Amino acid sequence: MATTVSPAARVGRGARVSLRRRRFDRIADGALFGICLLAALIAAATIVLVGYQIVDGAAPAISKFGFAFVYETTWQPNFGTFGAGSVLFGTAVTSGFALLLGAPIAIAIALFLTLLAPGKVRGVIGPLVELLAAIPSVILGFWGLLVLAPFVQSKLEPFLHGAFGFIPIFGAQQTTGLSVFTASLILTIMVIPIIASISRDLFSAVPPELQDGAAALGATRWEVVRGIVLPTTASGVVAACLLGLGRALGEAIAVSQVIGAGSEIQASLFEPGDTLASRIALQFPGALTELHKASLFYLGVMLLVIGLTSNLVAQWVGRRFAYAGTVAK
Amino acid sequence: MSAGPAFDPAAPLTPSGNLRRRQAVSRAAELAATAAAVAAIAVLALIVYTVASRGAKAIDLDFIFTGYPTGVGPMLLGTLMISLVATAMAMPIGVLIALFLTEYAGSRAAGPLRLTLDLLNGLPSIILGLFVFALLVDHKQQSGFAGAVALAIIELPLIARGSQEVLLLVPKSLREASDALGVARWRSVLTVVLPTALGGIVTSTVLAVARAAGETAPLILASSVFDPKQFSVNPFESMPNVPVWIYKLSEEGNPEGFTEAWGMSLLLVSFILFASLGARALLARSKRKLSS
Repeated sequence: MATTVSPAARVGRGARVSLRRRRFDRIADGALFGICLLAALIAAATIVLVGYQIVDGAAPAISKFGFAFVYETTWQPNFGTFGAGSVLFGTAVTSGFALLLGAPIAIAIALFLTLLAPGKVRGVIGPLVELLAAIPSVILGFWGLLVLAPFVQSKLEPFLHGAFGFIPIFGAQQTTGLSVFTASLILTIMVIPIIASISRDLFSAVPPELQDGAAALGATRWEVVRGIVLPTTASGVVAACLLGLGRALGEAIAVSQVIGAGSEIQASLFEPGDTLASRIALQFPGALTELHKASLFYLGVMLLVIGLTSNLVAQWVGRRFAYAGTVAK
Repeated sequence: MSAGPAFDPAAPLTPSGNLRRRQAVSRAAELAATAAAVAAIAVLALIVYTVASRGAKAIDLDFIFTGYPTGVGPMLLGTLMISLVATAMAMPIGVLIALFLTEYAGSRAAGPLRLTLDLLNGLPSIILGLFVFALLVDHKQQSGFAGAVALAIIELPLIARGSQEVLLLVPKSLREASDALGVARWRSVLTVVLPTALGGIVTSTVLAVARAAGETAPLILASSVFDPKQFSVNPFESMPNVPVWIYKLSEEGNPEGFTEAWGMSLLLVSFILFASLGARALLARSKRKLSS
């Protein structure tokens, strides 16, 4: 009798233990899922909260100036008059110029890395170009202030003015070298690694059959690039450029160190200027009136809208590219 | 009457005419691409050289361990503290998001979440500065904690993305073996999946810290009014920190201040370069190990 009871009891206890354990497992599974979901929700909530706080901070300026703030060019904190026109102009010029100069260089670097460089060189230069993006902007700006700006002032400005002075953007030489032009050069250095590393990944995903086919038909290397590599990756490269643009638009510190904080719209690139982001960085710590702060928040709203738009457009263009790629295969 | 030049078997096998032009164009393009790469490396070398040669003069033991005016110890300590607090917030959330993406999310939840991470990653850092100012500083006081929150938001998408990549590399066979033994999901995640991916997660985190440590824009609004003589470990008051101090010295235009700023730049750049190069090498190695 005893021998029949004890195994049964053991089985019973085992079953009870496993039942309890299963219940615990179910709770723990739910808990792990719950905290993972919570973390994901925190990320989503953060972005909403950021948007809310910025708009909320800008509310006084929005209600006072309305949409006219966006294109009004007077910015006089002492008189309580604020308008974003001139910084919007400065942002467009610096970022546009940085992209115009940086994108071809970055794409050329990406082509070099994927098509020309032997494996070992690629393994060294690729990471080095990305390291350029790792240099903190305050140090890049400091370097720009003490090394690049004097060079621009004493060498580049006279040269460009002498050679292309008939175009108004290359105006007369200025005294400090702190200018829209110097800021654009710093931004160029910042966008190159971003565009280069994304483009490199795109280029290396171009099917080799297509490239080999073109080469077998007698295309030179450049013709393979022009006829195969660039067309198949065009929308991805555009997306990369938009991401680079987003970086350039939002850079505050380095730009504020080298742009010279001018508040007028001037044709010459060698004049000082200001951008949305750099004005916030320069004036916020010293802003005394609520309206001044709110106006700087308003600049933040504009920056947020432009930045998110360029980012979303980049995502959209990038996805379209992915779709086209799968169809081609 | 002949349509073209007569066939000449003795002609040299070099291109002529149109082909020569095409090859010249191609060679020019190759040259331009190489030049672009060389130029980028040259700019990097120039910046690093300037920082190293000018910064080395400033650095000695006093510079690292004492306060202003002989050294920048408080700033170093503050940056360390702010980075630690930021990482303590960003790492758990980032890893959990990565787990959510790899373990639980269907494609319907994963798409928007990935987009959210991309948008967070694309937020200009000055916007995060305004955000923490409005949320934590306005009508209160500046604090290292407010700065840390901004840096945590910068680190979060980087950690989440990096961890997700590593988690995806954890071999299916490990999970399947764990499932076959009847192990519950949470237990196999905590004891099999995470430990396997731990190396990669840590290196992704180091990369994120290296990226955030030099961020200046948020700290200018969150933690910029401080006493450079005072060592501080209390994150609920304004903490001295390296980026803001470099920024201030660069604005002041005083040659001695410049030397000090170069010294701090050298410390910061060497930390960032070593951390990101080291982490990158380790990450590549652990990824290779996982996928082999």
